[in-house]
This record gives sequence, C-alpha cells and structure tokens, in this order.
Amino acid sequence: MSTSTSETSAIVRHWWKIAGVVLVLYSLIWGMLGAVPRLFVLNETIRNLYYHVTMWFGMMAMMGVSLFYSIRYLNKSNIYDDFKAEQFAFAGILLGLLGITTGSVWARFTWGGWWVNDPKLNGAAISLLIYFAYLILRNSMDEEQKRGRVAAVYNIFAFALLMVFLMVYPRLNKVDSLHPGNGGNPAFSAYDLNSSMRLVFYPAVIGWIMIGTWISTLGFRIKKLEYQKMMDSFSNNGKGIESNNNIL
Amino acid sequence: MKAFKILFIFLLMLFVTPLMATEIPLGAEMADAFRADGKIYVVVAVIAIVFIGLAVWLFRLDRKISRLEKNHKS
Repeated sequence: MSTSTSETSAIVRHWWKIAGVVLVLYSLIWGMLGAVPRLFVLNETIRNLYYHVTMWFGMMAMMGVSLFYSIRYLNKSNIYDDFKAEQFAFAGILLGLLGITTGSVWARFTWGGWWVNDPKLNGAAISLLIYFAYLILRNSMDEEQKRGRVAAVYNIFAFALLMVFLMVYPRLNKVDSLHPGNGGNPAFSAYDLNSSMRLVFYPAVIGWIMIGTWISTLGFRIKKLEYQKMMDSFSNNGKGIESNNNIL
Repeated sequence: MKAFKILFIFLLMLFVTPLMATEIPLGAEMADAFRADGKIYVVVAVIAIVFIGLAVWLFRLDRKISRLEKNHKS
C-alpha cells in the first residue's frame, strides 16, 4: 500500500519529465508522418523545422533561466543559484551545439554549403563562443563567492549579446539573411506554415524545453551532492586525514 | 487527478489531429514514393526506439541520483 502511494506521488512530482518525453516523441513521429507544404528547394527538409529550430528555441529558454538564477545569485548570494545558472547554461550550450551542427547539414543541402556567410549563422557561432568563455571563466576561479559573482555578471552580458546576435542583428534590413523572417525575408508564416505544422512545432519546443530543464536539474543535483559532501568533510576535520585527502 | 485527465486528452488530441490533415497538393518534389511504399514507418519506429532508449536512461540516472540524495540525508 505504502509503495503504491509513494510511486504515484513520484509520478505526480515527475509529470513534467514524462510530458517532455511524450511531447518530443510525438514531434519525432508526427514530424515525419504529418502533412507539410510542398515547396521548391526546401522539399522534405522543411521538416527540419521540428528538429533543428526547436534546438535554438530550447537553447534560448535555457539561457533565459540561467540568467534568472544569475540575477538571483547576485541578490541573495545563495551558492545553489550559482550552480543552477551554470547547469542551465551548460544545457543551453548543448542544445546550441546540436542546433549549429544540424543547421550546417541543412544548409549544405538547401543553400549549398556547410557554412554560408549568413548573419544568423555567424551570430550563433559568436554567441556560442561567448558562452564557452562563460564556462572557462568559471573554471578559472577557485574562490566560490568571487567565481559566483563574476560569472553572474558575465552571464548578464552574455545573454544580452545572445539576444543581439540572434534576434536583433540578423533582422536588420541592411543585412542579407537566408533565414526566414530575417533581413527582409518573409517569416515561416508567409510560407504557409499551416496549422498542422504548428501543431507539431510548438509541442516540440515545449518538450525540448522540459528535457533541457530535466538535464540541467540532474547536473545541479550532482553538483549539490558533491558540494554537501565537501562541506561535510570540512566539518569532520578532526576525524583524521582520510576525509581531507578526499577533497584534495 | 483532474489535471491529469485534461493533460491526457490534450496529448491524445495532439496525436490524432495531424492524421486528419493529409491533403496532398501537387507541386514541389516530395518523397511521395518513399511514403507510398510504407517503409517510412520503419524509420519512424527506429527514431522512436532510439529516443525512448535515451529517455529510459535519463529516468534511471534520475533514480540513481535520488537514491544518492536519500543516502546522504540519512
């Protein structure tokens, strides 16, 4: 009896992980089987909207949450907020790398090159480099409060630059971009992104955001455990050299 | 529990609605023969299995971390 109630409460607690998996699975299946508009040049590759574009939406959501925790760290100085900011940025970078790789493959077969001189591509590459620097900056500092504060401030800059490079710069009218909705190009709505495509695309975005969040929380929980263990061994200092050796 | 019912119905609707929208106008070249052969379902099945496998792995990892957290607290 008690095991069944604890199991149902586990399902209630983890419902969003299950929902994320179901939504992504749904988008994987219906992304392939569903109806899409027949367009020249794009042909069937229009389905990449479900698999490539969702990576970028997921990345931006992860970076947004990372920014939120960085700001909260600056306000409250809770080390766990700093850990969360790091882990969400990490998941965002993972999704961004997948986005840039899949975009490269898509570009090869529709625009004719693995890398074309497109403002959105270059902007995405620069933003990823900025976030790599965020991780390197973190690792370069040992003192945890200093690391947390410097990393949080840098993260605010990084997010502002991400928005500029991915959302503002490619949309300028003076810039030529191959991406829909950018540089004077019509957005996907003009390509008659019909309702059946939206019905796969939006659930896919939500699903990937949930899975990205899941991965971030897993990373955070591991970091938290490591941190607590380290703190325990500090407080057990008198018990012998053994515990000290574990930290060093 | 009511929230679950609503979620379930929502997900069910998501799965069913694209089935209804399958008009195929002529125009640009699409993988019609590939679809007509019916073999596309094999690919879809493979993709689904790979993703389910990854999801199961994530769930197991989640459980392992939960166990570590429980051990640490006690």
